[in-house]
Amino acid sequence: MKQNQALFEYLLRLGDSNMILGQRLCEWIGQAPALEEEMALGNLALDLIGQARSWLEYAARVEDAGHSADELAFTRDERAYRNLLLVEQANGNFADTLARQYLFDQYHYHLLGALSSSTDAQVAAIAAKGLKEVTYHLRRSSAWIKRLGDGTAESHAKMQQAIDEIWTYSGEMFIADEVDRVLAAAGIGADLDPLQRLWEADVQALLAEATLTCPPLEQYMQRGSKQGLHTEQLGFLLAEMQFLPRAYPGASW
Amino acid sequence: MTDWTLFEVFVRSKHGLNHKHVGSVHAADAAMALENARELYTRRSEGVSLWVVPSALITASSPDEKEPLFDPSDDKVYRHATFYELPKDVGHM
Repeated sequence: MKQNQALFEYLLRLGDSNMILGQRLCEWIGQAPALEEEMALGNLALDLIGQARSWLEYAARVEDAGHSADELAFTRDERAYRNLLLVEQANGNFADTLARQYLFDQYHYHLLGALSSSTDAQVAAIAAKGLKEVTYHLRRSSAWIKRLGDGTAESHAKMQQAIDEIWTYSGEMFIADEVDRVLAAAGIGADLDPLQRLWEADVQALLAEATLTCPPLEQYMQRGSKQGLHTEQLGFLLAEMQFLPRAYPGASW
Repeated sequence: MTDWTLFEVFVRSKHGLNHKHVGSVHAADAAMALENARELYTRRSEGVSLWVVPSALITASSPDEKEPLFDPSDDKVYRHATFYELPKDVGHM
């Protein structure tokens, strides 16, 4: 695999995971449990969509096929999307959203930390900028996991259930394929093995602090997004997200 | 979340300036109030420092006492330092 082709794939993965999680979080608007929480989730979504934009703009340049970042986001179909299965999962209840968010934030934090020293200057710059935002995202989602895990009997039960249910989508982040290997070897992408060890140690420590039980690390993990194989959740999300630009191409305000 | 506490939020916009009251937030405790205040009141880079204070801890003057509290100062213009001629070198004061 050529390095440029691998880089394009890699940038799509980074951009798509941010884009889809940002879109998911937007679904909370008007429905969050408190006004303060709604603003926080909205801010979080905007941070992620902003990062998606940077990654996809760079992806469009690397692809060099005349596509814009908007076209990449709004005209690719499900099988061409490269976001992690984890981030496309439905919002569920507040604990489900937080479980998904925390597991992603913890990964995102270490990933951007590693990418900040990428040999590709553009990757390093986007990662360093995003890392400041993600440091705060992680702080916020970990605080909520602790509050709910170590809260009332009901919040503990719901938080534990949320972690248990989303867990099967957490392992995919660390399953490297050829794209990961080519770019890690070139010093452009992150080496996923050390990342996984950092993630596991942090997640285990936080769940213990939150009085929650960490599910087994070796259980079977769902996979497929790196090849464009998604769960049934993604199609519905894309249908809503892409409706406007597809029905009214070139629409602007 | 109906039992959340109301906190008043104060933002310092620049080093050297005072914290200024900007509004309030609901939160389960002070740490969460700080985060919620950050989300609501500093997203357009309004601040360099935040204070949150439980609203219940603030003792406020009553609107009914407005006259006895504030009106007497209206006719005491001599309390304003407007009767001094400032030397030119002092400039704006």
